[in-house]
Amino acid sequence: MNKIITHKTLSRRSLLKSAVAVSAGLAVGTSFVAASTAAWAMETKQVSPQEMATLIQMARDIYPHNHVSDEFYARAVKGYDSEEFKQKISDGVAALNSAAQGAGFNDYLSVQWEADRVAILKTVENSAFFQTIRGNLITGLYNQKGLWPLFGYEGESYTKGGYLSHGFDDIKWI
Amino acid sequence: MATKFELSDDSVVVVVGSGAGGGTLSNELAQKGVNVVCLEAGGRYLPQHYIQDEWESFGQLAWLDARTTSGDWRVAKDFPGLPAWIVKAVGGTTVHWAGASLRFQEHEFKARTTYGEVAGANLLDWPISLDELAPYYAKAETKMGVTRTNNIPGLPGNNNYKVFEAGAKKLGYKHVNTGRMAINSQPRDGRPGCQQSGFCFQGCKFGAKWSAAYTEIPAGEASGHLEVRSQCHVLRIEHNAQGKVSGVLYADKDGNQHFQKARIVCVAGNSIESPRLLLNSASSMFPDGLSNSSGQVGRNYMRHMTASVYATFDRPVRMWRGTTMAGIISDESRHDPSRGFVGGFEFETLSLGLPFMAAFMNPGGWGREFASALDSYENMAGMWLVGEDMPQETNRITLNPSVKDQYGLPAPDVHFDDHANDIAMREYAWKRGQAIYDAAGATSTITTPPYPSTHNLGTNRMSEKARDGVVNRWGQSHDIDNLFVSDGSQFTTGASENPTLTIVALAIRQAEYIAKQMSARAI
Repeated sequence: MNKIITHKTLSRRSLLKSAVAVSAGLAVGTSFVAASTAAWAMETKQVSPQEMATLIQMARDIYPHNHVSDEFYARAVKGYDSEEFKQKISDGVAALNSAAQGAGFNDYLSVQWEADRVAILKTVENSAFFQTIRGNLITGLYNQKGLWPLFGYEGESYTKGGYLSHGFDDIKWI
Repeated sequence: MATKFELSDDSVVVVVGSGAGGGTLSNELAQKGVNVVCLEAGGRYLPQHYIQDEWESFGQLAWLDARTTSGDWRVAKDFPGLPAWIVKAVGGTTVHWAGASLRFQEHEFKARTTYGEVAGANLLDWPISLDELAPYYAKAETKMGVTRTNNIPGLPGNNNYKVFEAGAKKLGYKHVNTGRMAINSQPRDGRPGCQQSGFCFQGCKFGAKWSAAYTEIPAGEASGHLEVRSQCHVLRIEHNAQGKVSGVLYADKDGNQHFQKARIVCVAGNSIESPRLLLNSASSMFPDGLSNSSGQVGRNYMRHMTASVYATFDRPVRMWRGTTMAGIISDESRHDPSRGFVGGFEFETLSLGLPFMAAFMNPGGWGREFASALDSYENMAGMWLVGEDMPQETNRITLNPSVKDQYGLPAPDVHFDDHANDIAMREYAWKRGQAIYDAAGATSTITTPPYPSTHNLGTNRMSEKARDGVVNRWGQSHDIDNLFVSDGSQFTTGASENPTLTIVALAIRQAEYIAKQMSARAI
């Protein structure tokens, strides 16, 4: 199974020994993608770690939130590590890398500037691959409850009796 | 438990649907001693079942049967399989509605006379007036406990409302308040006052908002004259050799089909399903579908001119806290063609949680601009714009022969093209909405396109003359006198107000008519 593994399960030392940095924040090993800080790691079974790292970077470039760590983007795309998606991801990442090569880079992950990566994404924007990744991010990313506090969103209030006594009208500046 | 009626009992009134129209009609008839079988396609969910989580709740409550879209409206591109965001459950869309309960204005019942000839629009005056409906509006307001009527105080304004009100007042708008809402501002009718918990769209966990699910339905059942069969989807209406309807064929939760006999059938399945059912009931006697001698069944589909404006500020608003629709500005609901369009619109506050904001703010959007707007989610205020749209004959529900539902019946296709008047109104409303937030000190504003339709109207419209519509002034079929339409599909025009109060008022009035006609043995 794919899962986000913390450094408690996979030791920082063993991680860093086998991983290669592929972007500012991501490192890949033989069977996993990890934060280069080793704050989290994700095993991959069906897609290659390089492909998964590409999806994570692509997810961030589609919905770039500077205050959101890669771990949330990784969780949003980890479902593609499956038999069902294996071929589509392989083909899609290959097409993306080919677009990157067309723009003079080795592959998507080696493009250092966001503006350059966005320009590459624009060239594949209408593909089924891009639309699938983007469309699923709407729920895959923004419906992670752990992400909500980073945007200030508090979600349900029923269990605390509603917002009536929890600030529904506490605005002072207006 | 509630009374049960035999399938062979041909003395009952069958009501198809249990929402604002069907739920109210069922209870009103039952209170008069008329035996009713209400068939509801959805399941029974009550406050203890509602989920304060947008996507999870959507999976629980939304009508997700196969549907298709066509036309130039943006919903067809953004949500091709989801033309409408309505509910499949006992209580229908009264589980989801926000609670705004506004009477139509006098001139809105006379749209053709007031607005004159509008090219491309199939405008018609209602066969009834405000005066005629006023006593039923009063009954509906009392039933639903509408704030600012019956000496019921208004709800307190939440943060989202305070921003909205400040901007509106700076612009000089006069009719600005927390609205007439069917949400208890104090305990009433065995239900508590509003706890400002948000999530009005997901079903009120406290039951403070009026919903047929836990008011009309149990009241009707307690009378001993109403049986509600949930998870029973009506497939077709049958008629006899005399051309009178004789009952309905429906599928139960296991897919088994049954035929319920009826003296009268009332269709209240919302403006997509109701015309679809009439069309799917075509027979050799009625080859174009039931009640369709005018050819108007499914036509004149209206969904209100809608759009939203969200604004970000330099400090937190936290719009999600409290009532979803927490206030209204009514100054623009007048008819004033000098603005470049006929009819009017309302501004109503609206908030979405982060997950739905991501889905609806700019469907299909991505990149820095999109993400940057969401980065300011905590500092956002929001409003919905809802106005009268033009009935057009070509905006219609048809049967899509190439897509079938789970019962093998043709799915409905919802075709909608914006009328030039709708577009002019939306552009004007967006600008005014942005001006309101600019006046309140916004650092940026976002104009958001229409969501999947929540106000689905007009597809079996009421008309004085049989050739112009589907039903008469009582919602009774022009062609078949024991067939009625009891939901928003009987609206002749849409007006600028949220439709639920009018649907409820019409259902109360229709129940009186049906009961009288039955006692007089007229039907």
